[in-house]
Amino acid sequence: MPDTINDPIIRVRDLTVGFEDRLILENLDLDVKRGEILGFVGASGAGKSVLTRTIIGLMPKRSGTIEVFGVNMNEASEEQRRAVERRWGVLFQHGALFSSLTVRQNIQFPVREFMKVSERLLDEIAIAKLAMVGLKPEVADRFPSELSGGMIKRVALARALALDPEIVFLDEPTSGLDPISAGDFDELVMTLQRTLGLTVFMVTHDLDSLKTACNRIAVLGDRKVLLVGTMNDMLASQHPWLQAYFHGKRARAVVA
Amino acid sequence: MREHLVNGNPTLEQMPLGTGVSLRAAGEWTVHHAPDLEKIVMRAERQGAEGGIIIDVSQVARLDTFGAWLIERMRRNLTRGDVSPRIAGLSADYASLVEEVQRVKEGDFRKKEPLSIVRAVEAVGRSVVEIGGTLLGLLNMAGSILYAMGHVLIHPRSFRLTSTVNHLEQVCWRAVPIVLLITFLIGCIIAQQGIFHFRKFGADVFVVDMLGVLVLRELGVLLVAIMVAGRSGSAYTAELGSMRMREEVDALRTMGFDPTEVLILPRIVALIIAMPVLAFLGAMSALYGGCLVAWGYGGVQPDAFLARLKEAISLSHFAVGLIKAPFMAMMIGVVACVEGAAVKGSAESLGRHTTASVVKSIFFVIVMDGLFAIFFATIDM
Repeated sequence: MPDTINDPIIRVRDLTVGFEDRLILENLDLDVKRGEILGFVGASGAGKSVLTRTIIGLMPKRSGTIEVFGVNMNEASEEQRRAVERRWGVLFQHGALFSSLTVRQNIQFPVREFMKVSERLLDEIAIAKLAMVGLKPEVADRFPSELSGGMIKRVALARALALDPEIVFLDEPTSGLDPISAGDFDELVMTLQRTLGLTVFMVTHDLDSLKTACNRIAVLGDRKVLLVGTMNDMLASQHPWLQAYFHGKRARAVVA
Repeated sequence: MREHLVNGNPTLEQMPLGTGVSLRAAGEWTVHHAPDLEKIVMRAERQGAEGGIIIDVSQVARLDTFGAWLIERMRRNLTRGDVSPRIAGLSADYASLVEEVQRVKEGDFRKKEPLSIVRAVEAVGRSVVEIGGTLLGLLNMAGSILYAMGHVLIHPRSFRLTSTVNHLEQVCWRAVPIVLLITFLIGCIIAQQGIFHFRKFGADVFVVDMLGVLVLRELGVLLVAIMVAGRSGSAYTAELGSMRMREEVDALRTMGFDPTEVLILPRIVALIIAMPVLAFLGAMSALYGGCLVAWGYGGVQPDAFLARLKEAISLSHFAVGLIKAPFMAMMIGVVACVEGAAVKGSAESLGRHTTASVVKSIFFVIVMDGLFAIFFATIDM
């Protein structure tokens, strides 16, 4: 395998993305290390979601390279790209569960599509994944419209984990959850990172998540990554936006 | 053992170990090998073993949830009485994963489904209740609309004129071209068929009678109703349904508005105005098409066509058609709004109710047309 422990699992270089005459990201560089939880912050509208969507291939880029597992996504053949896609999971901000399928079918869907696995194993795995994200087996036969917001996030995470990916992208996983559920969710992500050896790319605004769950934090601003480092690096930074973000009224209680 | 690790394929070897057996797992126990893994595990489970069993996983190169679960499943299925196999050689990284899947309880996997006969009877019962529910829903909506109309009559300022005009543009003005086109073609076809068959009796000119009566009394309005149901009824259902899904209807209610008055009444009023207009235009277009075909294909001169038409039809034929139009509009509107209000959270539900809206409103329009036919025959109109 080309990717060793020290190589970044995702390597973004000189990435430029824009809509028509407006540049969202310009010459952006970012590394995500294997096995870490990277928290990604930035002002609303700064392009956090755009970067995530560009890395996972939902948005076109103007220039730059993105390497995932050492595969350059520009040059990758269709087949290579598919293989990479099977090794990551994505949790969308609003869950994006298939509303016409039950929870069980939602979790089984990627497995069913990619693998020839017996129905029995599919059922067992669906329940095991539900247990992993802290849900009871009774939930399995409900439809997404019958779930609460927190449960939707958990089921969506279970679906993102269905194929035992090596990377998961989480887009604001704790937004819309009460502080206790959000805390549980952070715990869950950390547990999964430990047990499954996951690499987690997490877009978040939740200062608690950043403090407790994330190994490193990357800050997006002025169309590039302003700073990457630990919480202490963030607190020590003199950049006005970082000062406001990490020393603001809402931050004080958390980071103090 | 070495080559297993190289090509990565998972294996499970049985070796005697003292009085018991050691099951040695090796290779990649991951989702990519899930089908093979399942076979291997099931074979081991079938063979069973006497005495103590140790599942040795020290040679496993990679383990994920699938592999961990299958090892756990094997452990459970090889348990005899209180003696369950021991899992040995688990590295610290994988121990927590195996612990995680050990928490999954047996018996949770499959939904318990009732017998097929019970299910069939249940389905019949549900459909009957649903039919009752549909009729009740229609009555409910009609009542709610009448109430809103009453309220608007007492407080005319609360009527939403702008919204009504907007909907009128959507369901009437923008529907004109397609209604004209389709009724024109139907008029042509009726005339052609009429001439073709009447010619055998030398009765070509009676095609004008047939066309006039058919188009003005029945076909014109019915065709337009079906088109309106497909075009505007479905749009109403989808609009109201997605507004419900996004809690817009609830938002209106909390602000003290009656959703029937704000959302439904303008739509129904627009439809009631639009239908007679479209039915009239449609009938004229069909007559025009019939006239052209009668001239070109049957050799009936336009002035002869008109003279014949004057004799064949009376004002009552025309009235019968147009009287029906607003009632059919009301029916389509009510069905569309009932279905829209019944939409639940999912995209599939929206699709199902939109389909139901069109199917039900066409059905009710045809039933209504039949009742009108009996009524008009009774009063000699």
